[in-house]
Amino acid sequence: MKTLVWVEHDGATVKDATLAVVTAASQLGEVHLIVAGQGVDAVAAEAAKIAGVGKVHVADDAAYAHALAENVAPLIVQLMGDHDAVLFPATSGGKNIAPRVAALLDVMQISDILSVESEDTFTRPIYAGNAIATVQTKDAKKVITVRGTAFAKAAAEGGSGAVEAVATTGDIGVSTYVGSEIAKSERPELTSAKIIVSGGRALGSGEQFHALIDPLADKLGAGVGASRAAVDAGYAPNDYQVGQTGKIVAPEVYVAVGISGAIQHLAGMKDSKTIIAINKDEDAPIFQVADIGLVGDLFKIVPELTEKL
Amino acid sequence: MKVLVPVKRVLDYNVKPRVKADGTGVDLANVKMSMNPFDEIAVEEAIRLKDKGVTEIVVVSIGEQKAQETLRTALAMGADRAILVVSDEKVEPLGVAKLLKAIVDEEKPDLVILGKQAIDDDNNQTGQMLAGLLGVGQATFASKVELTADSVTVTREVDGGSETETLKLPAIVTTDLRLNEPRYASLPNIMKAKSKPMAQKTAADYGVDVAPRLTTLKVVEPAKRSAGIKVADVDELVGKLKAMGVAK
Repeated sequence: MKTLVWVEHDGATVKDATLAVVTAASQLGEVHLIVAGQGVDAVAAEAAKIAGVGKVHVADDAAYAHALAENVAPLIVQLMGDHDAVLFPATSGGKNIAPRVAALLDVMQISDILSVESEDTFTRPIYAGNAIATVQTKDAKKVITVRGTAFAKAAAEGGSGAVEAVATTGDIGVSTYVGSEIAKSERPELTSAKIIVSGGRALGSGEQFHALIDPLADKLGAGVGASRAAVDAGYAPNDYQVGQTGKIVAPEVYVAVGISGAIQHLAGMKDSKTIIAINKDEDAPIFQVADIGLVGDLFKIVPELTEKL
Repeated sequence: MKVLVPVKRVLDYNVKPRVKADGTGVDLANVKMSMNPFDEIAVEEAIRLKDKGVTEIVVVSIGEQKAQETLRTALAMGADRAILVVSDEKVEPLGVAKLLKAIVDEEKPDLVILGKQAIDDDNNQTGQMLAGLLGVGQATFASKVELTADSVTVTREVDGGSETETLKLPAIVTTDLRLNEPRYASLPNIMKAKSKPMAQKTAADYGVDVAPRLTTLKVVEPAKRSAGIKVADVDELVGKLKAMGVAK
């Protein structure tokens, strides 16, 4: 089976999420990549070095500069004449494009797979991760998004894929990119961080969130996350949100501070290797999944913990 | 200007789903069902756009007869009329998108607003598929929508921050959590909603084949985490962290 992987990048480097998708694709067959963008020679060269990659298709055109789904989807559909499956990371970028590709190919997409059982059978979470479904597809072409935390990352070095330019499909002219606001952070990216410190509504304010969570995260070299409640209350930006409707993470250590542990939040972090919970309510549901729990006032515990580390 | 809002009846988000012992699915007998939370946000946004030139809001649901309740809720919030496409079989996002395309071809709305995902199947596909089938622009994960006579400018929540795009109308928008705070339907409006028009159709009426492409072989509970321990104080926690190699 020939599989195609859409490479997520920021115009300069390949995003980490792509590496896990390559691993999933390699379980299906020969792996080809598609790098679409404007001025993406460096990205294509980097992509070609990913271990296990056979070929890197490059589509360099202004129409792909901001990965608008309207323009990228026809390009991928064109490449599906020669491929049996196309895989995307289940990131905001992948989720935006993949279903459009599936509809144009008249196939049902399989979202957010956790494993490849065979070439037509996959597992995926439903109901906020409270159930795992095994699904089999009857479609000849497969369109799949991959949960990054469920697959090991392919090595970024060691491969020697052949880079090949492909015909571009142009701008279909229905959408225009206006601009973006990307938060700058010195800390590890949430979905690839080994340690995450997350804060909830109990922190009480944005100031307290930063005053307590940030120093602890810095001490541990951790990424910073938040519950939906903390984000909705404005204590942390939207892209910090961990949960069914935010980011799905599975770090080595997840420290949940002042988070009760609603179903929605657990869906985003319950595959973490070790979960540590700090909460004053000893009946909080978070303690049912936590490996190590400490019951007490976070305003006393967190500063003490930060100091003693 | 006309807006179409598809809504789905799902297990209420507060209910903990129970996997059936025979592995065929999640038990939906005698549990509370509600409108998918993202769809409530979509209905709310459509209503708020009524000040900006929207004159009619049509809500659509595809599913069993009981989906009428979900449509009545949307009508009580402020939608004008409803279409129920009755199907006893579960319809996959591709089938839903095809039915919605047929409805769009008939109703010719300027904007379709959907939720970004349904909290039961967690697919996050239908809006994008509909946009693809129609060949129109899509703005997924919207946190801000600005409508003009011939375009819509949408701020989208993306990994790392936000992004803004402008789409020509007609266009498809899918809602993220922070787009708005949906209103509650008042009792008088719930009463009024009972007399608002609701058309009943079937997939066959639209000539759409909704046969499933995926077969669910089994549904199981996720692996349970083993019970953890509670530590007494910060010193003990620091000790554990050191033992794990997380702290020096």
